[in-house]
Amino acid sequence: MRSVFKYKVFGALRRFAIFLLVVWTVVSLVTLLIELVPGDPAVSVLGEQATPEQFAQFREKHGLDRPPFFFSFPRNPEGARHLQWHGADNRYTEYWLALFHGDMGRSFRTDRPVSELILERYPATIELAVAALFIAVLIAIPLGVIAGKNRGTWIDNLASVVALIGISLPGFVIGPMLVYVFAVKLGWLAPSGRFDWTDLILPSVTLGAALSAILTRMVRSSVIEELGEDYVRTARAKGLSETQVVYKHVLKNGLIPVVTILGLQLGILLAGAIITEKIFGWPGLGLLLVEDGIGKRDYRVVQGCVLVISITYIVANMLTDTIYRWLDPRIRVS
Amino acid sequence: MNRLTIIGIVIVVILVIIAIFAPLIATHDVGATNLSLRYLPPSAEYWFGTDSTGRDIFSRVVFGARISLKVGLVVVSVSAVVGTMLGALAGYYGGWIDRVISGYVFNVFLAFPGLLLAIAMVAFLGAGLNKLIFALCIIGWVGYARLIRGQVLKVREYDFVQAARALGASDARILFIHILPNAIQPLIVQASLGMAGAVLSEASLSFLGLGVPPPAPSWGVMIEEARDLSTLQAAPHALIFPGIAIALTVLAFNFLGDGLREYLDPRQRAR
Repeated sequence: MRSVFKYKVFGALRRFAIFLLVVWTVVSLVTLLIELVPGDPAVSVLGEQATPEQFAQFREKHGLDRPPFFFSFPRNPEGARHLQWHGADNRYTEYWLALFHGDMGRSFRTDRPVSELILERYPATIELAVAALFIAVLIAIPLGVIAGKNRGTWIDNLASVVALIGISLPGFVIGPMLVYVFAVKLGWLAPSGRFDWTDLILPSVTLGAALSAILTRMVRSSVIEELGEDYVRTARAKGLSETQVVYKHVLKNGLIPVVTILGLQLGILLAGAIITEKIFGWPGLGLLLVEDGIGKRDYRVVQGCVLVISITYIVANMLTDTIYRWLDPRIRVS
Repeated sequence: MNRLTIIGIVIVVILVIIAIFAPLIATHDVGATNLSLRYLPPSAEYWFGTDSTGRDIFSRVVFGARISLKVGLVVVSVSAVVGTMLGALAGYYGGWIDRVISGYVFNVFLAFPGLLLAIAMVAFLGAGLNKLIFALCIIGWVGYARLIRGQVLKVREYDFVQAARALGASDARILFIHILPNAIQPLIVQASLGMAGAVLSEASLSFLGLGVPPPAPSWGVMIEEARDLSTLQAAPHALIFPGIAIALTVLAFNFLGDGLREYLDPRQRAR
C-alpha cells in the first residue's frame, strides 16, 4: 500500500515537472521566434517610408531596442564574433515578467494589450471546439457501434471507407463545399460570421468531420475487442438483448480508450480551428492569429495566440490523462 | 494484400507518373490568364474547366501534384533520416543523449500541436516553399526518432547483436549493419502515413497563405482562390477538382500505410 502511494506521488510530480518543462519551452520558443523575422520587425510593421524617429520610438515602446536574450554573439568591428553578456535586462526576462503580471505585451498595430485581444476571441474558439467535439461524438458512436457489431459485412466495410474518406478530406475542402451547398445553392445558412446560433453549424461540422472519422474507427475496434470478453457472454447468457449488451456493457468499457483519443485529438481540433475559423470568418483565436497576427505582421499577437493555443492544448491533455486514470483503475497502479 | 492497399499503390504510382511527366500531361500553360475565358465549365478543351482568371484547372492540378509530392518526399526523407539517426543514438547509447532526446524532446515536442508550431515558424520566417519544408521537417523528425529508439532498444538485446559484440565488432558496425536493418521495418509504415501528413500540411499552410506564394499551382492555394463567394457561385469546379486531388493523394498514402502495417505485422491481419 505504501509503495503504491509513493508511486502515485512520484508519478504526479513527474507529470507536473513535464508540464512545467513544456510550458517553459513554449514560452521560450514564442519569445525567441521573433528573432527569425528576416530583417527588422520594426521595418516590416511600419514600412520602409517611416522616419528614423518613428522607428526608434516603435522599437523603444515594444522593447525591440533591448537585447533579445541574456547573451548574444555580436560581431566586433573586425568582423569576428564574441560572446556578450547582457544581464537580466533583456526581452526574454521581460516577456516572462509580463506573463506573470497577466500581460502579453501590446499589439504592434492596435496598441491594445494582447491579453485583452485574446480574451475577446477565446470564447468563440472554445465554443467551436466543443460543438465540433459534440458533433464528432454524435456521429462516431452510432456509426462505430454499427460497424463493430456487423464486423466483416458490407455495412462494416462501408462505414470504414466513409471514415477513411472523412480522415482524408481536410477542413479547407469540406468547409467551402458546405458553404457552396448550404449557403450558395440552398441559401439556408450564412456563409460566414458569428451572429446567430445557426452560424455555428457549418464550422462545427467542418471541424468535427475528421475527428468523427477517427473516432468511428476507434469505437469500432474497441467494440470488436470488448465483444470477445467473458462478461459479454455472461450478459448474453442471462438473456439480455443484443442492444442491451452493446449499449449497457460493451460501450461502457469500450469508451475508455476513446476518451484518450478525444483528448489527444483536441490538438488537431485546435490547430484545425485555425483553418476553420479562416474559412467561415469565425472570430476566434485562429482568425486573430491568421488575419490580425500573421496577415498584418503583428508579431506580439502571433506570440500570444500561439502561446494560448498551446497551453490550452497541454492543459486539455493533462485533464484527459487524469480522467483516463480515474476511469480505468488498471492504469493507476500498473 | 487487400484491395485497399492495391488501390493505394495504383493511385500513388499514377501520382508519381503525373508529377514526373507534368509538362507532357498538362494541356495548357499553368500561368496563362485570360479573363475572357474565366469560369468556364469542364469541356473537351478545358477538362476541369477554368478558374477566376481563366487558367486551365486541369493543368494546374497536374502541376500541383509536383509541389505536393516534392514537399512530401523531402519532408519525409529528411525527417526519417534525422529521426532515425538521433533515435538510434538515443536507443543504442542511452545516457545523456537518451535523456535529452527521449526525456526532453519527446515529452515536450509531442505535447503541443505540430501544425501550430509549423504555422508559428513560417509566420515569423515569412512564407515560401523552402521555409515550409524546413518547418515541417523540424516538427516531423520527432515521431521517427521515437519509433526507432523503441525498435533499437528491443533489437539491441537480441542474441545476434550480443554475438557481434563478442566477436569484437565496432559500435558503428553493430548499429548500422546489425541493429538498424532489423529495426527500420515500421519506419516504412510511418513514412507512408507521413507522406499523407506532409501533403496535407503543405496544402493547409498554402491555404493559409503561408506556403507556396499564389501564382504557383499548389492545391492549397487553388482552393483558397476558389472559395470566395463569387467564384464559388460561378465555378464550383474550381474548388472540387483540387479538393479531390488532395483527398485522393492523402487517401492513397493512408491506404498504403495501413496496408503495409498489416502486411508487415501478421498479428494485425487477423482483425
